[in-house]
Amino acid sequence: MRTLLVWMAGSLGLALGVPLAMANGWNMPVGVTDVSREIHSLHMTIFWICVIIGVVVFGVMFYSLFRFRRSKGAKSAHFHENTTVEVIWTAVPLLILVGMAVPATATLKKMYDASDAELDVMIIGQQWRWRYEYLGEDVAFTSNLGTPRDQIRGAEARGEHYLLEVDEPLVLPINRKVRFLMTSDDVIHSWWVPELAVKQDTIPGFVNENWVRINEPGIYRGQCAELCGMDHGFMPVVVHAMEEEDFDAWLAERKEAAEQEAMGVDREWELAELMERGEGVYGSICASCHQAEGQGSPPAFPALAGNQRLIDDLEWHLDTVINGVSGTAMPAFRSTLNPVEIAAVVTWTRNAWGNDTGEAVQPADVAERLAQ
Amino acid sequence: MAPKLPPHHPVEQSTASAAGGQASAHHAPPRGLLRWLLTTNHKEIGSLYLIFSLIMFFIGGIFALVVRAELFQPGLQLVNPEFFNQMTTMHGLIMVFAAVMPAFTGLANWMIPLQIGAPDMALPRLNNFSFWLLPVAFLLLLSTLLMPGGGPNFGWTFYAPLSTTYAPPSTTFFILSLHIAGISSILGAINIVATILNMRAPGMRMMDMPLFVWTWLITAFLLIAVMPVLAGVITMMLMDINFGTSFFNAAGGGDPVLFQHLFWFFGHPEVYIMILPAFGIVSAIIPTFARKRLFGYASMVYATASIAILSFLVWAHHMFVVGLPLVAELFFMYTTMLIAVPTGVKVFNWITTLFRGSITFEPPMLFALAFVVLFTIGGFSGLMLAIAPADFQYHDTYFVVAHFHYVLVPGAVFAIMAGVYYWLPKWTGHYPNVKLAQWHFWLSVIGVNLTFFPMHFSGLAGMPRRIPDYALQFADFNLVSSLGAFMFGASQLVFVAVVILCVRGGEKAPAKAWEGAEDLEWSVPSPAPLHTFETPPTFQRHEH
Repeated sequence: MRTLLVWMAGSLGLALGVPLAMANGWNMPVGVTDVSREIHSLHMTIFWICVIIGVVVFGVMFYSLFRFRRSKGAKSAHFHENTTVEVIWTAVPLLILVGMAVPATATLKKMYDASDAELDVMIIGQQWRWRYEYLGEDVAFTSNLGTPRDQIRGAEARGEHYLLEVDEPLVLPINRKVRFLMTSDDVIHSWWVPELAVKQDTIPGFVNENWVRINEPGIYRGQCAELCGMDHGFMPVVVHAMEEEDFDAWLAERKEAAEQEAMGVDREWELAELMERGEGVYGSICASCHQAEGQGSPPAFPALAGNQRLIDDLEWHLDTVINGVSGTAMPAFRSTLNPVEIAAVVTWTRNAWGNDTGEAVQPADVAERLAQ
Repeated sequence: MAPKLPPHHPVEQSTASAAGGQASAHHAPPRGLLRWLLTTNHKEIGSLYLIFSLIMFFIGGIFALVVRAELFQPGLQLVNPEFFNQMTTMHGLIMVFAAVMPAFTGLANWMIPLQIGAPDMALPRLNNFSFWLLPVAFLLLLSTLLMPGGGPNFGWTFYAPLSTTYAPPSTTFFILSLHIAGISSILGAINIVATILNMRAPGMRMMDMPLFVWTWLITAFLLIAVMPVLAGVITMMLMDINFGTSFFNAAGGGDPVLFQHLFWFFGHPEVYIMILPAFGIVSAIIPTFARKRLFGYASMVYATASIAILSFLVWAHHMFVVGLPLVAELFFMYTTMLIAVPTGVKVFNWITTLFRGSITFEPPMLFALAFVVLFTIGGFSGLMLAIAPADFQYHDTYFVVAHFHYVLVPGAVFAIMAGVYYWLPKWTGHYPNVKLAQWHFWLSVIGVNLTFFPMHFSGLAGMPRRIPDYALQFADFNLVSSLGAFMFGASQLVFVAVVILCVRGGEKAPAKAWEGAEDLEWSVPSPAPLHTFETPPTFQRHEH
């Protein structure tokens, strides 16, 4: 049985080759938090236990296959039970498992202790982007896929961080305990960054909790891990971990920008100004379903270009954007977009792709409507 | 106190009585299509199940190859993401419900009556009905691909609210088709339980039954227990979609996590439904070709029963990252780890059966041995996944995809193929072509490992499952997986060739086609006549 020998050598090579191949990019990252290190070490421990058991079990198996071949004149023995042996191979695995369960339990307890956080960040999953709200700081933004569609279609060379880049990363301080509060506006998503060892489902109607304390500054990339519809593969997570003072400066800057924006609500906006702003909002929020040219993807995602009801009925159009359409994939943007953004994107869709209504919706009117 | 006697039984069943039964039995059966539509014969229905599942195996396989072709390189080349999601979903649904489960039911139909010395299944007309529900169910399911908005695109686990509020309009048809398939499974399971409990040959006690019969008896109870849960959860979906309820709709006060609890309370036992009969097949084949009695028959039975009972207590290990309370995580982690114990006992028993045997490597044995090795690898990754903290990294990645494909493809599917090679001489009267079978075996083993082994690495390195496009660092793993998948897919054509050639001719097989085979099916002629054991055989227990 030469083939069998080849197979044996192959399996043995596999058993030895696997750990050797456990170089970077082949294995779970060690990560940059204490928890991620512990998880990595649990992973390696259980892996080596499995390798050792595998070598012993497959060793006996291939020895038997080689040694007790009939072609070599093997005659079969007649034993068919042995209580001692059977008790041993029930009890020994049980002990190994208990040995494994102890450190796993300790790590899990640590992971579940989100108390005494210094910063709370709300993470909201939306089809197909992430929204981050720094609770108590009045800073909030959405984070969209940054990879151009042309790279996905292959019309353009793919960049180093293809599909793992966003327009605005989540910025976090190092050395501070950050608590995540996680929920979703539509379907279930799962926020995952391997280097932080945080993977947690964001579920509509639930607020889940998780936390990190990052040890090293850097940019850490991950993805949505729970199938959430069409663009599930295109909602990356990017975390930018900064030194504490840099983070404080960043946060102060963002707060100021948010105040500026709030003041813009009361003034009169030009059509061109709204269109420019609206195009950006449309591209990052609406285009994933309604498509870049407003052609939609019926029946799930209706076309906006040439949509007669939209053109005729401004009231309905605004109501749809602000409150969503229940029972469909259209979410309510009441709390995720500010009045300027809503006015701008409604203006854009009423004037782009030949819709040409010429109407400019004022942020002040939207703000009034939101206040009702 | 269960008796310790293993199933060894020289049997007094004259070929004359079997042959005579065939001649005298019934008035002439209808011919042509009607014969197959109306048949109540367990062998014919068994063949129908097996042919159906083989066709569905190829359809589900083509869906998988669409997925693998798209993933061959980064970027979107062949299909758009909506269709990609339909392909992953349909691949899973078809393989689980239309390929693996019916294949095991087909083997049960053929072999359980032969292995316990019964003339047929206990409820032959019900048997016919439960088979013919399947083509109806799956034609309906496949037709959803042509409906506006496409077919199911929410994964074979169809988590709400993606599968309710956000689902395509065809979802109602998907629910109906799963209902029909579920009824078929329940009826089939009832039939198997009734047959095994009531129709064993005189003198055959429970602890004398071959392990394939035992594992199927336990599987049938699992089916009866959990299929109604599946029916319940899809009915709740139906209500949410069409009748304005909010079981799973948070906006209406519902609970999306409830869906997952219900689904996995069905889903985890379902996983064992797909593997326990495989244990039974392997436990028949290894002793035959090691020419040595199965080591630890009684402990095999107890291990199977333990796995079945534990399967009701582990469901939330699929939900470690949904935000369960700490105590729940710990409970499900411990129970899940516990499953390794009875599973380990089984593997140790098989290997000890080989030890000091007199081993040959016929095609069924090759597949059974590959099963032991590769299923065990799937078991190891399963043990790793049980460690809840580590699962926060593994969950929903290709590591999980690698794990369950190792237990389902070189696990369940290889066991089915081993069973087919083992029993083909009994079904057709001919041995399968050894050279072709060896080609099929080696191509399949290499293909399956090329496909699924690299998925461990891509998953650990951070690739989530169910994505139509991926970051560049996963490109090499995906390329290898795709090549392996096409190799595995193509090599199944060799399998079809072997089966067709074997039906049409080949080396003639005697009643006892394998010299080391012991069970009752080897006492009837090969090919087995349409009617067997019309006079019950006298079962004689192996003497110590």
